[in-house]
Amino acid sequence: MAKRRKLFETIIQFLIRACGYSTVLFVAAIFIFLLQAGLPALFEASPASLLGLRWYPIESLYGLLPLLFGSLVVTIGAAVFSIPLGVATALFIAEVAPRWMREVLKPFVEILAGLPSVVLGFLGFLVLAPLIRTTLNLPTGLTALTGSILLAAMALPTIVSVAEDALDAVPKSYRDGALALGATKWQTIWRVTLPAARSGVLTAVMLGIGRAIGETMAVMMVTGNAPQIRWDGLFFPARTMTATIAAEMGEVAGGSAHYHMLFLVAILLFLISFLVNIIASSMLFRAKKRAERMLS
Amino acid sequence: MRIPRSVVQKIAFSALTAIMAVTILTILTIITFIFWNGLPAVSSEFLFSMPREGMTAGGIWPAIVGTLYLTLGTAVIAVPIGLLAAIYLSEYAPDSTFTRTIRIAIINLAGIPSVVYGLFGLALFVLFLQLGSSILASCLTLAIMTLPVIISTAEEALRAVPQSFRVVSISMGGTRWQTIQRIVLPQALPGILTGVILGLERAAGETAPILFTGASFFLPQLPQSIFDETMALPYHLFVISTQVPGMPVRIQYGTALVLLVFVLVMNLSATLIRSYFRRKRQW
Amino acid sequence: MVNLALAWAEAYAEVQPTVSISVSGGGSGTGITALTDKTIQIANASRAMKQEEIETAQANGVDPKEITVAGDAIAVIVHPDNPIDQLTLQQVSDIFSGKINNWKEIGGEDRPIVRVSRETNSGTHVFFLESVIRLGRNDDKTIFSADTLLLPSSEGITSEVGQNLNAIGYDGLGYITPAVKMLNLAANPAGPFVGPSKETALNGTYPIARDLYMYTDGEPTGWVKEYLDWILSAEGQEIVAKLGFVPIS
Repeated sequence: MAKRRKLFETIIQFLIRACGYSTVLFVAAIFIFLLQAGLPALFEASPASLLGLRWYPIESLYGLLPLLFGSLVVTIGAAVFSIPLGVATALFIAEVAPRWMREVLKPFVEILAGLPSVVLGFLGFLVLAPLIRTTLNLPTGLTALTGSILLAAMALPTIVSVAEDALDAVPKSYRDGALALGATKWQTIWRVTLPAARSGVLTAVMLGIGRAIGETMAVMMVTGNAPQIRWDGLFFPARTMTATIAAEMGEVAGGSAHYHMLFLVAILLFLISFLVNIIASSMLFRAKKRAERMLS
Repeated sequence: MRIPRSVVQKIAFSALTAIMAVTILTILTIITFIFWNGLPAVSSEFLFSMPREGMTAGGIWPAIVGTLYLTLGTAVIAVPIGLLAAIYLSEYAPDSTFTRTIRIAIINLAGIPSVVYGLFGLALFVLFLQLGSSILASCLTLAIMTLPVIISTAEEALRAVPQSFRVVSISMGGTRWQTIQRIVLPQALPGILTGVILGLERAAGETAPILFTGASFFLPQLPQSIFDETMALPYHLFVISTQVPGMPVRIQYGTALVLLVFVLVMNLSATLIRSYFRRKRQW
Repeated sequence: MVNLALAWAEAYAEVQPTVSISVSGGGSGTGITALTDKTIQIANASRAMKQEEIETAQANGVDPKEITVAGDAIAVIVHPDNPIDQLTLQQVSDIFSGKINNWKEIGGEDRPIVRVSRETNSGTHVFFLESVIRLGRNDDKTIFSADTLLLPSSEGITSEVGQNLNAIGYDGLGYITPAVKMLNLAANPAGPFVGPSKETALNGTYPIARDLYMYTDGEPTGWVKEYLDWILSAEGQEIVAKLGFVPIS
């Protein structure tokens, strides 16, 4: 009996350990499979052509720059909208709203995170794009800007949620101290609470941006997908890396240059998101350390 | 001239309130808009019958069933792995470099774009393991994508269980696993459940990971096994709103509504579980 | 041609309930690739397989057999309020390759031209590139202007063109909705300018018509053969006509 329990215990602990380790395995597997399918692209296309300004696979033109540019423009646009909005919303929820309201507001904003991106893309195509064309008097409403607005909506809940947590974690004594010194509530928020929660808020922003870079379906439906680089690109169609993969992957023959090239784009995306997330989490890590130092 | 502090505060607070109002209004508008336009399309025939006439008539039953299959399949794969991994991290993992590597891996998994998961699923499950474009391949892909959400929320819930509970159990002769199974897990269950639901919610709404791994444009009948392709609500919405000519807008909104309700119900239940148990918790 | 494939599959489910035909979307390249990878039995394609595609397939042990299943005309479409009614193929080519950028250059209003196209994986895209933009010249390397909107779908094209006065697009006749205007086209400036229809596609007066194909691995046998025979039958071709494509025979 005791022996059997011991055996069971050993097995279950083995399983627990295996599952704990598995995440590293998954990341490694993802990276290896992407590399294995994407690296050949570097030998099939010269570096010069990879840096070309035209992406047109039918003629074997694999310039990655327009795609990078498209992702960049759409993401920056999304950041411009979602960062002030998200941080302000987080400030309101954490510092201004009464307790009962906070309990309702946070889950409410998190609803946005659950909205499937096709639903947003569908609305964006049907409603937002025509609106943007007519109000801004643009040649077409299928622009990077349209994608940015949808992405901002998707990044918003991430920013609000993480930033609110960070603000909430600022010790009450900080606020009490400021208020006792005669600061107004707003001065306390602006000069004490927000700076104290700085790294957490930055983490929130990075995670939001990470979400925006990786979005696919909504962006593909509303940005017009034209691979072009222009200084006023925000107001014109753009083609992101994610949309390129989603639109073209179904077509390509396994093992062709185009197939390898799309995996190369995926490797780029993987590395970018890796970088963004590492920065985000290291900021959080630093913040924790600093908080510990201050409290000890 | 300096503006009085109290005025600054008033302006700042009004601005924050206004922004909050904009956020709330946006969300409410999106939801009401879809309900308003989609509700007239929803009937029992729409929900429970097959699409007809090139999907421009009839219902979306196979897409609903497909999404249920995919969500359940993802749960079956992701929940045990995610839960055990969370237990490892909260109960077993030493404070070592390797544990930090695991944490970085989880953060990284959470950040990988969904379309990259799609490519990975295609390369590993569909082609390398030769599962073909199938429900199984899609579920495996979605499961790996869902893991980080499940692991991090479950770990948080496990860690929230006070250390004293464990100490008492062990001191009374419980083994480590017994302590986890009988004491820690039941206490952390609501938090774990919330994480699982939130993870699955994301899986249910995603299109990009199933695009190349098992989603089908149209099937005249329901899938017969996990090796078949399946229709799914998000992909179906994508298809009927972009690929099928002469699609009645009514059906598009109806499909969007059904998908929205699907995720909203999951979202709401997660929120309710969380707040209900947070209030009930005694420690 | 996915809507045609879909309609056939759906109708055939009633003719032969024991056979279940699953249809996937994408583009012609998608189907041909899947046939090469042996993941499907029939590939629908709105263009003929290229020589290198056939070679790739054969290298994979797949022997593609071509069956012409329907005809199609490619309509060039604009907003119904656009005053332009007719263009030469050369003009269409210049518009899509980026040489003409404003409607006034071809006698229209002073508006920027927004070019709308299917994604590059679409057979229609490749067909349009080869027979309109390059006007059938094999040595021509002209391509779409980089700012051309690449929409993942036919539906996106008709709705963008139907809403936007600046837009010009193209698509198979079967996808055209009343929300857009189809232009009359001529192969040379002297005319005649002909509008796309079943008749003009069949009698060859409309300059951009093509065939739609299905490919199988080797000679079709068993249920695949029965299905293809049914598609070529009067019943199958009736569906072709109903969806706005051109029946063969």
